[in-house]
Amino acid sequence: MNAIIFSAAWGIVMMFSGAFIKSKATPKYLALAGIVLLFVVNALELNSGRSFFTIDTHDMLLINSYNLAFIAVVLACTMIYFLLSGRDVEKVGSHVGEYFGLIFFVLCGVSLAATFNTLLFLFIGIEIISIPLYILTGSDKRNLKSNEAALKYFLMGAFSTGIMLMGIAFIYGGNSAGSFFINNIQLGTGKLPVMIAVGLVMLIVSMSFKVSAAPFHFWTPDVYDGAPTVFTSFMSTIVKVAGFFAFARLFENAFGRMQSQWQTLILVITVATLLIGNITAVFQQSVKRMLAYSSIAQAGFMLLALFALNEKAREGLLLYTAAYSLATIGLFAILIKMEDYTIDGFNGLSKKQPLLAFCATIFLLSLTGIPLTAGFQSKFYMLMAAVQNGHHFWLVIVAVLFAAVSAYYYFRIIQAMYFKEATQDVIQTSDIRMGFKLVLIITVLLILALGIYPELLLGWMYH
Amino acid sequence: MLGTYITFPELLIWLPLLAGVACFFAKKEQAAKAIALLGSLLVLSVSIVTLFYTDNTQYGSYNQVNYIWLKYIGNSFNIGLDGYGRMLTFLTALSFPIIFLATYRNTYKRSSVFYGLMLLTQCGLMGVFCAKDALLFYFFWELALIPVYFLCSIWGGEKRIQTTFKFFVYTFTGSLLMLTGIIYVYLQTSGRVFEDGTVVSHSFAMTAFYKANLTWADQNWLFWLFFVAFAIKMPIFPFHTWQPDTYDQAPTGVTMVLSGIMVKMGLFAVLRWLIPIFPEASTKYTHIVVALSVIGIIYASCLAMVQDNLKKLVAYSSIAHIGLMCASIFAMNIFSVQGMMLQMFNHGINIIGLWIVVDLLEKKTGIKQISQLGGVATKAPVLTIMLVIIALANIALPLTNAFAGEFLMFSGLYQYSGWMTAAAGIGIILSAVYTLNMIQKIFYGEIVPATASVQDIAWNEKLVLGLIVCIIFVSGVYPQPVIDLTKNAATELVKLFN
Repeated sequence: MNAIIFSAAWGIVMMFSGAFIKSKATPKYLALAGIVLLFVVNALELNSGRSFFTIDTHDMLLINSYNLAFIAVVLACTMIYFLLSGRDVEKVGSHVGEYFGLIFFVLCGVSLAATFNTLLFLFIGIEIISIPLYILTGSDKRNLKSNEAALKYFLMGAFSTGIMLMGIAFIYGGNSAGSFFINNIQLGTGKLPVMIAVGLVMLIVSMSFKVSAAPFHFWTPDVYDGAPTVFTSFMSTIVKVAGFFAFARLFENAFGRMQSQWQTLILVITVATLLIGNITAVFQQSVKRMLAYSSIAQAGFMLLALFALNEKAREGLLLYTAAYSLATIGLFAILIKMEDYTIDGFNGLSKKQPLLAFCATIFLLSLTGIPLTAGFQSKFYMLMAAVQNGHHFWLVIVAVLFAAVSAYYYFRIIQAMYFKEATQDVIQTSDIRMGFKLVLIITVLLILALGIYPELLLGWMYH
Repeated sequence: MLGTYITFPELLIWLPLLAGVACFFAKKEQAAKAIALLGSLLVLSVSIVTLFYTDNTQYGSYNQVNYIWLKYIGNSFNIGLDGYGRMLTFLTALSFPIIFLATYRNTYKRSSVFYGLMLLTQCGLMGVFCAKDALLFYFFWELALIPVYFLCSIWGGEKRIQTTFKFFVYTFTGSLLMLTGIIYVYLQTSGRVFEDGTVVSHSFAMTAFYKANLTWADQNWLFWLFFVAFAIKMPIFPFHTWQPDTYDQAPTGVTMVLSGIMVKMGLFAVLRWLIPIFPEASTKYTHIVVALSVIGIIYASCLAMVQDNLKKLVAYSSIAHIGLMCASIFAMNIFSVQGMMLQMFNHGINIIGLWIVVDLLEKKTGIKQISQLGGVATKAPVLTIMLVIIALANIALPLTNAFAGEFLMFSGLYQYSGWMTAAAGIGIILSAVYTLNMIQKIFYGEIVPATASVQDIAWNEKLVLGLIVCIIFVSGVYPQPVIDLTKNAATELVKLFN
């Protein structure tokens, strides 16, 4: 509850800051203060169950330690994101305060999507996430690609929102309780009524769109490529995992018992996502586009949680959130500093900036899933969950084979950085400050800490 | 102090790691070299001490340690030394100082990183041979690979990047398949209770894996998931295609690690994990594995005969030797298994010796084509003598170390199948053909321009090669210590086959 209200309030503060603060650097510090405050109040609630607000939500929001732990992870990742890329937000345009304000609104949406207990709040949460993102995507006003991306994203997003709303309506009409509460939809294990089945498929389609699972992923590469890189970083990590969290919670609580009837559908989507994401990523020359496809590929792995729907899947999703977001945010932060966004642009980085190259290597190893990094633990938990589910063991084999494929494109960057010689100036060295390096090192340490001892994070779930 | 605060396996794992990290921070090239050499000698001395405390009933607290690590999933940091594991840690500890000494005159750009990564590899290898927990084993299995990837890609030959990446993808795919297998077996294990009272429903402990409740059908396909991972590492035909290129392109120090120790990871894993977890499936599939191994022996020997590239010749000869060892495991009797364990140690020594000579030749002449060399014997008599001894050991002449092992392996293999023995025997004959042919062409005959200016070997190389020759003779005449070390393990393993 704390996170929802504080993030909305701070978003408004940030919005108005533009009117009173003329300095371009100040909003960044204000935003940092806001995210720290958010993290602290959320941690208070997680730790002692203390909320500053007693609002009767009529059980429409479900606040438990798992949801709060997820919000805490998201806030921590956003904090790192601000620290690493805050300075780059200033470069996008002149409305710096607004950009940060929009990000806070997204966080409000994320908090709602993490704690919803009725389909209505799910819808509101997802919409509050989406609308600021349409604006952020198009925030580079004079860039045609950014405009195109924003329009594309908006049209496709509006379409999928419509489908979602329709699905919700079907489910509302189809269940005998006549209720939006996700727990009341539990219909036992019998055959699905037609209305519910239609609604369920619509929800799968629209949520798959939001998390860019194949075959609903077509917007992703263009939007991620067109949006200002600093916002791509935010969209492809925090927003995406929030979508997954809502997706998994919805299907576990509302449709968990009838899993056998829709599991095949998820199975197909998972395999398609893994296939398309990984195979297409192999052929990319631009690192930004490659990361867009890699985010689809990683979505394939996160879908395993939805396929499995058990205790391990819940733990795995939390770990995946942290592992994937930290590594990708770190990579994007380095990418923004590069002169050239192609893979060749990374040539010889290890000589020019050994520390940055080292950090990027750890991030890439984590994304590949090499042991002792958080990426390994998260993939490991996902695989464990999928095997525990007991159906379709071959899916796990498919997933690991694609994980091996993913090594190909992640390691291309490592090869460029370490084994090739630079041809031109690879990086804007003036931009690399001590503070930036320090935060990168902290991110690396976090990734390694989670890789060695993931229970550090999982412990939060059981407060 | 020993046993209460620190144990042997911990020392063997952490010392290389510490030395490796120290190397990374070394400013001067000489300093990194010195740290690496001293660190590896320290590890060796610890490893020698462990050989005097082999009795685990009496010195159990020195040899084993078990910390809770990932409690919720029933994993613990469980490491220990026993039988062939102890022997392989000793081989690892012995190899690294030899490698560092032999390549002491090599200069590497950014040598602090080079030596640091080498020592990290050693740490990973030690972990693999000590791990008593499946997840921990997987960790070390992968961690041994990552430094090697960087070592080969930075300091290797011309085609290093593609070649090394091929090697990486092969082994990474294999280990991921193994990981899914590990997870599946894990979910069939019974739970455990930790000392602090936490109860978990499954466990990664090795003992729990051995007792996992696997059906006959499960064993049948899980066996292959694990086997493929190990077969890639060894490598066994048809998973060997990464190996000759990688050995050729890798910097020689790394090739020694790869061929001397890293291939033993695959053999070790078969002994420690594959057969005890899936005894029935292992018995069922022996024919296929032995057949693959024997095909590999003949195939690799034939290829070795026609190689002009000296490094590839040694690489193929290594495939043949590993094939024989793998076949011996699955011949399932005490002679073959015991001989194989003996041979694991001796092969490590011989192949490292062989690589040292190859490296010296390449450094002195700049050529690795056999056809372009000749008459080295007159210029470098000491080198020649050393090579001849090592090469003869490699083809298992009596009185050399490999003889005892191969004799046992063949007698065991004969009990299993006469035809397979005959086929594998062809491999031995072929190995004599190509080895002697190689010696003849390179060391005797006319002096060619490339070898005209060759000088004999320096003191450090004499020392190392002398040491290797000593080991070859000593363990050729008296192999009993190694047999004693691995006897119990071999007996227990054979009991699993029925």
